[in-house]
Amino acid sequence: MFAESSLNVRNKRVQNLFRILFMMMTILLIIPVIIILGTLIAKGGSIISFDFLFTDPTNGMTAGGIFPALLGTIWIVAVALLASVPLGIAAAIYLNEYAGDNWFTRIIQLAIINLAGVPSIVHALFGVGAFVIFFGFGTSILAASLTLAIMTLPVVIVSTRESLRAVPQAFREACWNMGATRWQTIRRVVLPNAVSGILTGIILEVSRTTGETAPIMFTGAAFFLPFLPQSVFDQTMALSLHLFVVATQVPGVPDNLPFGVALVLIAMVLLMNSISIAFRMYLRGKKKW
Amino acid sequence: MVNIGLDVASMNEPAVNITSVPNTKLEVSDLTISYGNTPALSNINFSVKEHEIFGIIGPANAGKTSFLKSLNRMDTFDSNMTVDGQILFNGLNIQNLKNIYALRSRIGVVFPLPVGLPLTIYENVALSPRLRGIKKRSDLDIIVEQCLTRAALWDEVKDRLNSLGSLLSGGQQQRLTIARALSQAPDLLMLDEFSIAVDPVTTMRIEDVLKELKKDMTIILVTNLVQQARRLADRTAFFLEGECVEVGVTEELFTGEVKDQRTRDYIEGKFG
Repeated sequence: MFAESSLNVRNKRVQNLFRILFMMMTILLIIPVIIILGTLIAKGGSIISFDFLFTDPTNGMTAGGIFPALLGTIWIVAVALLASVPLGIAAAIYLNEYAGDNWFTRIIQLAIINLAGVPSIVHALFGVGAFVIFFGFGTSILAASLTLAIMTLPVVIVSTRESLRAVPQAFREACWNMGATRWQTIRRVVLPNAVSGILTGIILEVSRTTGETAPIMFTGAAFFLPFLPQSVFDQTMALSLHLFVVATQVPGVPDNLPFGVALVLIAMVLLMNSISIAFRMYLRGKKKW
Repeated sequence: MVNIGLDVASMNEPAVNITSVPNTKLEVSDLTISYGNTPALSNINFSVKEHEIFGIIGPANAGKTSFLKSLNRMDTFDSNMTVDGQILFNGLNIQNLKNIYALRSRIGVVFPLPVGLPLTIYENVALSPRLRGIKKRSDLDIIVEQCLTRAALWDEVKDRLNSLGSLLSGGQQQRLTIARALSQAPDLLMLDEFSIAVDPVTTMRIEDVLKELKKDMTIILVTNLVQQARRLADRTAFFLEGECVEVGVTEELFTGEVKDQRTRDYIEGKFG
């Protein structure tokens, strides 16, 4: 009764073929990641030390550490977050909780999608025009951060909106039915249950902001600075630009220096991503419905 | 009884139509509800008296739920839903109310499938008092215990008030929903087939509770179970395919004093 017909045999063969095909595609995907990480560790791992991370570059950037660049990246990312997170979350709450589905919100939606598609070099030039010149911030951390903030705004808006949308409508209606206003409903029921997704989105934004080079190189990041930034109106060095500089612009840099910088940069991004994944898993375990 | 802070002043809208008799809670005239171009309910006329349990029976698609939705102004959630006609609640036309939040806070709603908010059991019941501005923990404690007790749930949850409401069983969640509706200290309690997800024993307990609650509020009970209407309702309306076929004293309907043959057929179980 369960003897295999020739059709069964063929179906099984085809099914195995596709399974193996898809598996190989998946393996292909992780090969570049392994090669990149492996190369960076092999060639740059030797230079990583406490001194490398926490001292200034010396000898025309051919020796010494990367501290000003590391600190500068943290500055730029932090200020960018301060600008984009409140703005992005507010916009997402408006779009998802208040605005209906009409031509106005659809245009905004389209604008957000297009903003996400603008090449980073265009954002850089916009930043020069808007923040450096028009608002008169000069080339500064503030100008660089605001440029990055605008560039990553779509990430915050989209991820926040997705997590708001994941809160079942029935909860909102139950709350409205009790006489709660929209804001009371958002504050007491919607936001507390969307917060994990929102935070995940912010961390992803951090990891993206950390690695960007083009938007900051005209707006606030410096080739080399003999001092640390004192306020948001100062220029600063940044890891991503520093990597570009030591890899291509300065003669006589030892081989392991650029690889070391790249390793630190990628480690920062990976660290952020792992925190985000861990956080998501933790909160998913606490899922309330 | 503690003062649970019902804001009476907030309902002081200009009384546009004071045509109703004092002890009439709800007066519905020429009510028509439609979704897009599809009518769900047409030309409903009846009134609900204060402190009565008003039953609404009828098969699926009769428009029973749409009727409840219109009372709570849930048409504002659904741009597709339009309500025509007039509903007077305490003599006020609810279509003209500016403060629909005050209206909704006076109407407790329980739907067929329980919606336990993703909050703790305590917070589920304390939410509505909090929305009214009650902050003192001791006041909230009293309200929570009162409401849970009235909803016949207190004994089962009193030791775990801080665990999530959504982790309760279906029947418990429904009683939590009822407790939450009671926490609004409503004038009017609407129950839409509340017993679908509840076991028979609990159903009987809740029915006893409803008989008690009648002293404090008006209750509209939509039910699929004709016998439940008979057990509880003082008067009963029979809805069929968007039409209100008949409204009458429950006992009379069930003893055969009906004006319309369709009512008799439905009550006797010949269809539906």
